[in-house]
Amino acid sequence: MKKMICIICPNGCELEADDEEHVTGNLCPRGRTFALQELKDPRRSVSTTCRTVFPDIPVVPVRTEQEIPKHLMKDTVRAISEIVIDRHMRIGETVAADILNTGVNVVLCTDRLKEVDHD
Amino acid sequence: MKEKYDVIVIGAGPAGLSAALSASQNGADVLIVERENEPGGILKQCIHDGFGLHRYGEKLTGPEYAYRDIVHLEETGSDTAYSAFVLDISEQDEGWQVTLSMRSGLHTVWTKALILATGCRERTARQVFIHGDRPSGVYTAGTVQNFINLRGWMPAKRAVILGSGDIGLIMARRLSLEGAEVLGVYEAKNRPGGLMRNIAQCLEDFNIPLYLSKTVTRTIGKHRLEAVEIMDVDDDMEPVSGTAEIIPCDTLILSVGLIPENELAESIGIKLSDQTHGPLVDQNMETMKDGVFAAGNCVSVNDLADYVSENGITAGKAAASYVRQKQKRELIPVKKLNGIGVCVPQYIDKTSEPGNAVLYLRSDDDYRDREIRLESEGKILLTKKMKTIHSAEIIRLEADLSGIGAELEVKLI
Ligand SMILES: Cc1cc2nc3c(=O)[nH]c(=O)nc-3n(C[C@H](O)[C@H](O)[C@H](O)COP(=O)(O)OP(=O)(O)OC[C@H]3O[C@@H](n4cnc5c(N)ncnc54)[C@H](O)[C@@H]3O)c2cc1C
Ligand code: SF4
Repeated sequence: MKKMICIICPNGCELEADDEEHVTGNLCPRGRTFALQELKDPRRSVSTTCRTVFPDIPVVPVRTEQEIPKHLMKDTVRAISEIVIDRHMRIGETVAADILNTGVNVVLCTDRLKEVDHD
Repeated sequence: MKEKYDVIVIGAGPAGLSAALSASQNGADVLIVERENEPGGILKQCIHDGFGLHRYGEKLTGPEYAYRDIVHLEETGSDTAYSAFVLDISEQDEGWQVTLSMRSGLHTVWTKALILATGCRERTARQVFIHGDRPSGVYTAGTVQNFINLRGWMPAKRAVILGSGDIGLIMARRLSLEGAEVLGVYEAKNRPGGLMRNIAQCLEDFNIPLYLSKTVTRTIGKHRLEAVEIMDVDDDMEPVSGTAEIIPCDTLILSVGLIPENELAESIGIKLSDQTHGPLVDQNMETMKDGVFAAGNCVSVNDLADYVSENGITAGKAAASYVRQKQKRELIPVKKLNGIGVCVPQYIDKTSEPGNAVLYLRSDDDYRDREIRLESEGKILLTKKMKTIHSAEIIRLEADLSGIGAELEVKLI
């Protein structure tokens, strides 16, 4: 039996799940899906910032497009910290493809790099 | 920028953006004014996800959430004044004169209606009682968020967080991801202030301990913070002698609450609530002064940007309709009974189709298996069953109030 908090929505239901895939405490079906996933392969999305060459906007927000394995969160942030954006980009564009061979892309969360000045 | 507008919106966070958008979509000629050089408000620095679940059914980051409103507002062709600080507002016949301080100098513009969307600010070290010198290394959570997420500065190696509100929890995770050591989150109350999901995904995922009924009583260090003193607190929030503990650290982060920002509202004599510290409003987000509307965190601190946007939309629509045709309001007070701590709006205007009013409530304590009830003169207008009620969370009620009498009561049963 494993206890956990569902992090899918602000309700934060207190779930209990066992090896036979019995889940209790969830107010909606998404809680069950979360609990089963959490038992076999916990995943999280990661948001962080990425450096740029533009003096007015030294860092920009980015995130993983899907969830990645939970144990890779810190490595993902470290890998993104090696990247420096040096061109104009639009919101939603890929900053790093297939980060750490997870199959997940890292995308830009702002449109501020649309027409920023180089100096 | 023109000389005259129907509606001027002050503040371009999510409340102001959606208010400007809805005022414009409802036919008003709108100017939105923002002191920073870009729109987005506090969302610019909230890079974590979780925004937009209610409004868009998607998990967006703060900047992505703001972007949607910014684009829609641009499409309306409404005027914007960024890097423009509202210095002064004065009442005139039939409207308001607003003085803006901009790089090009002072400008005055005139408007028929105003929407205040100035957000909130954080409580600081001065507002919580901590002894000791004032070394560098003591920041509010929002300041640290700004440093890391907008400027790319990393202010901490070993951090202690005081207060378990959501912003503190989110910054605990952010600091850990960036390689800092977060020694613990200390909360003076006997239960956490933030959402359970943030305790789980920001603390437990990173093995950061949460200590309840403990507080920081002293900072140690002359120039740079070297350590903090932590003590247990009793039920009256008084430190218990003999429990002091010294924790070496270089940064103390305060996440001890938000207060609505209302200097402008006060300067024009708008009545504030003692409880929310924001203007008293009716269901159209109109303050106690006709033609002045307010929305978002300057009215009452919300934990969800989605609700902030929702009341921005309400305010924008109502301001546009006020400009078209002024009506004498008939205001009925909303009485909070039994278990209800906060209710926004505090009044219902009977003359303006109370068909679908939205009420935002906060309970005064945590409860289980209760029912929220709206009643007018003994008549039940709405009941909502709730399995769990957390005082940390806002409860949104949408109610048809067309049958309302001379007063409205809201209570827990
Ligand atoms: C540090 C911090 C972190 C937060 N994190 C979260 C979070 O993670 N999730 C969440 O849902 N909520 C969060 N909140 C709450 C957040 O405030 C709301 O969700 C939402 O951003 C409020 O929107 P708003 O438009 O009311 O205010 P804001 O976003 O604060 O916007 C107000 C705007 O008004 C402008 N302004 C103020 N006075 C003037 C003036 N005199 N002249 C011109 N412009 C002016 C300000 O510059 C600002 O841009 C946070 C709040 C703070 C302070
Ligand atoms: S179980 Fe459903 S309602 Fe409960 S937290 Fe998870 S998603 Fe939200």
